[in-house]
Amino acid sequence: MRLVIALPYLWLATFFLLPFALVLAIAFGVNNPDAVPPVDLGVSLKNFRLLFTDDLYLAAWLGSLRIAAASTVLCLLLGYPMAYAIARARPGLRPLLLMAVILPFWTSFLIRVYAWMGLLASNGILNQFLRATGLVDNPGTILGTEWAVHLGIVYAYLPFMVLPVYAALEKLDTSLLEAAADLGASPLVAFLTVTLPQSLPGILAGCLLVFIPAVGEFVIPDLLGGTGTLMIGKVLWDEFFLNSDWPLASAVAICLLVLLVGPIALFQRQQAKNLERQ
Amino acid sequence: MSAGPIVSIAGVAKRFGTVVAVDGVDLDIQRGELFALLGGSGCGKTTLLRMIAGFETPDTGHVLIDGQDMTGVPPHRRPVNMMFQSYALFPHMDVAANVGYGLRREGLPASEIARRVGEALDQVRLGDHGKRRPAQLSGGQRQRVALARALIKRPKLLLLDEPLAALDRKLREGTRFELVRLQEQLGLTFVMVTHDQEEAMSMAGRLAVMNEGRIAQVGTPHEVYEHPRSRFVADFIGIANILPVDGGRAWLALRPEKIALFAARPSTDHAEQGCIVEIAYEGDRSLYRVALTDGSTLLVSTANIARHPREPWPRGQQVWLGWAADAGQRLEE
Amino acid sequence: MPGRARLPSPKRSRDVGTASPQSRFGFAQAGFAFTMLAFGYAFLYLPIALVIVYSFNESRLVTVWAGFSTKWWSALFANEAMLGAAWLSLRIALVSATVAAVIGLAAGYALARVPRFFGRTLFGSLVIAPMVMPEVVMGISMLLLFVGSDRLMGWPIRGFLTIAIAHITFSIAFVAVVVQARLADFDRSLEEAAMDLGATPWTTFRTITLPLIAPAVGSGWLLAFTLSLDDLILTQFVAGAQSETLPMRVYSSVRLGVDPQINALATIIMVVAACALIFSGWLTRRKA
Repeated sequence: MRLVIALPYLWLATFFLLPFALVLAIAFGVNNPDAVPPVDLGVSLKNFRLLFTDDLYLAAWLGSLRIAAASTVLCLLLGYPMAYAIARARPGLRPLLLMAVILPFWTSFLIRVYAWMGLLASNGILNQFLRATGLVDNPGTILGTEWAVHLGIVYAYLPFMVLPVYAALEKLDTSLLEAAADLGASPLVAFLTVTLPQSLPGILAGCLLVFIPAVGEFVIPDLLGGTGTLMIGKVLWDEFFLNSDWPLASAVAICLLVLLVGPIALFQRQQAKNLERQ
Repeated sequence: MSAGPIVSIAGVAKRFGTVVAVDGVDLDIQRGELFALLGGSGCGKTTLLRMIAGFETPDTGHVLIDGQDMTGVPPHRRPVNMMFQSYALFPHMDVAANVGYGLRREGLPASEIARRVGEALDQVRLGDHGKRRPAQLSGGQRQRVALARALIKRPKLLLLDEPLAALDRKLREGTRFELVRLQEQLGLTFVMVTHDQEEAMSMAGRLAVMNEGRIAQVGTPHEVYEHPRSRFVADFIGIANILPVDGGRAWLALRPEKIALFAARPSTDHAEQGCIVEIAYEGDRSLYRVALTDGSTLLVSTANIARHPREPWPRGQQVWLGWAADAGQRLEE
Repeated sequence: MPGRARLPSPKRSRDVGTASPQSRFGFAQAGFAFTMLAFGYAFLYLPIALVIVYSFNESRLVTVWAGFSTKWWSALFANEAMLGAAWLSLRIALVSATVAAVIGLAAGYALARVPRFFGRTLFGSLVIAPMVMPEVVMGISMLLLFVGSDRLMGWPIRGFLTIAIAHITFSIAFVAVVVQARLADFDRSLEEAAMDLGATPWTTFRTITLPLIAPAVGSGWLLAFTLSLDDLILTQFVAGAQSETLPMRVYSSVRLGVDPQINALATIIMVVAACALIFSGWLTRRKA
């Protein structure tokens, strides 16, 4: 029994907890391109000061939060009705409908983002379609804008929204709606006063599952966004791989973590509560 | 093998967090008897059973099985088997594999296991169901598989946790007799936990009534019903009128069927006049609530042994109640 | 594949909107939801369908249809770098999913079945945290660990081993969570019954618990396998100069723009994933 606890404990302490201590240590160091690795250890706040004063980094922080928040909302607006429809479909059909939502998730993330590159290019399929149908005469290029990033995030993370919302809606006792109707509530009022409040835990879980990874997203802004799309995950990547500034990248990592501690803790509490209810 | 009690429980207590589940229980269970632990939910009966089986460890006190102290003995080394309330049939094994599970743990040869599994299944009339999965069986069949599985190791003691609770009403009555027959046939000791007093009274040779982690009374069904030792027992088993006597210093527990209704003042040892305020007609008997002149009410039950064209004691009727001097049990409490 | 969403049949009076006579609005609600569902499936599958279609395009441009051709498929199967990367990714995924399944099983079991031990709260957070940790953060931290240990001990050399360790570390969480959830609604009396019949705790685990939670462990393994096969960011940090996994190869290719070979590769990945998922769905349905 002791081994059952010790094995995962030691593994995670070594390969998950210990590395964070290193990141913390490096974040207070200074970049030295001539050293291998390119770091001088120390206790300098230079990296953090830069992160909070430089316009570029500030824009990246705000951009990450704005894009993640907007994408989460868009994801909810599409995902909630989908989850609702699946939960209201015939019981025999539900696993199939659900599987159709999950299936893309099992294919490559990278390729799903790639799929939009061809769609959104200036002479891409979407623009050809818009021109051909005469809806828009001279459509601009979507690829390289924040809209493309929103699209990419919604596309990539939609299952994470649909699944928890569906789980909450599926548990809903339909006799509650009948009781509401019996007491004079119209279907819309019944939805707003019974269904929606009951599905709030699912909405919260879904939003956190989309928002948290979206804040630190790298692939989507890199492939679909343009030079103007600043997100913090991409900044970290560039500092590390292009500028080889390990201490600054570490400082970005620490800040990103601090930023996400709130949402992550909220998510963990939610999960724990769910498990208890079971 | 000693001749003493098969189970001896001494000073056993158990708490879960701040909840005291079992609060100082002493109990001896004799060889070959069918013993029932009876009580409401949360009275500690199931915890007590699980301590005999070894799933819970007493905080204090000892459990002896066949004279051996079981402290520190894990469930799989105890000479005891249990039939679970949910039956706990392994869903990934067929009926024969379920029944033979205990024998396989003893490392018996496969032919021996197959033979004994066949016998055990025949004993519960499921001889041709060995290849079925538990999910393909009816509730009654599942119960019998659970019984066969628990009996196949010929335990010194069989523990039954609410053995009939999951069955529907009709099936329950027949199964009661079958369990009693099996227990007498095999000469085993059964200890069963139940919340159903009718079940405990009709099956058990002796029973213990439990309340708030303690044993309120141990005795035969007859003793417990006719001679309750406390107001709790009198009230919990059947229906009882509890009347203050000796100016409130003691109580009299008086069963409704020990009181008779009369049109005129009877010559019984005790007689009271009253008025019928409520009637519950149950077919074979009727239960009347009678308001006495002093303002108190008594419950009276009569067997409907004759076919009356209409209710013989209608509501509002003035009646006389009469009972014998020894009809009730005096409780000093 | 997405299938047309079906409106609830009027027979089911428990459906919203068919429950009461004044249900016009309810129908509107359900109608809106099912329209969104259809739109959602189109949104999910149209891009994928186009990727597949254009893998058979004669032209290099993914935007112009120039006739049917399988030349990109031939090019893909002759692409040594791509095939080598795929082979490396498969080997890493097999190893890391298997190790993660074992460790994740232990972690899930400890969380579900051991109510108290030293540092349990920390343990619980450690198990779940990799699930929600931004990958760039995990990537940089693990790289620093490997660089540090390389400086101190001359080990490990970055490549297969470091990638596998990184993938195991974040996959443990996914296995642990499904195992824990399965154990949480597991009827404990099944294990007690086994012990009551003479099974030691280890035998009980082997003959009762493990067979019953095996589907959960299996789906955890599959998830870990897929995540490993798919991971780019963490891998990019810890891979070192010598090793290139499939996502790394794909990434460096698509950065330069669309490439029909990638479309062909995407088609293979999607077909395999769809078959695997349909097969596992069929398997669970047959069991039930």
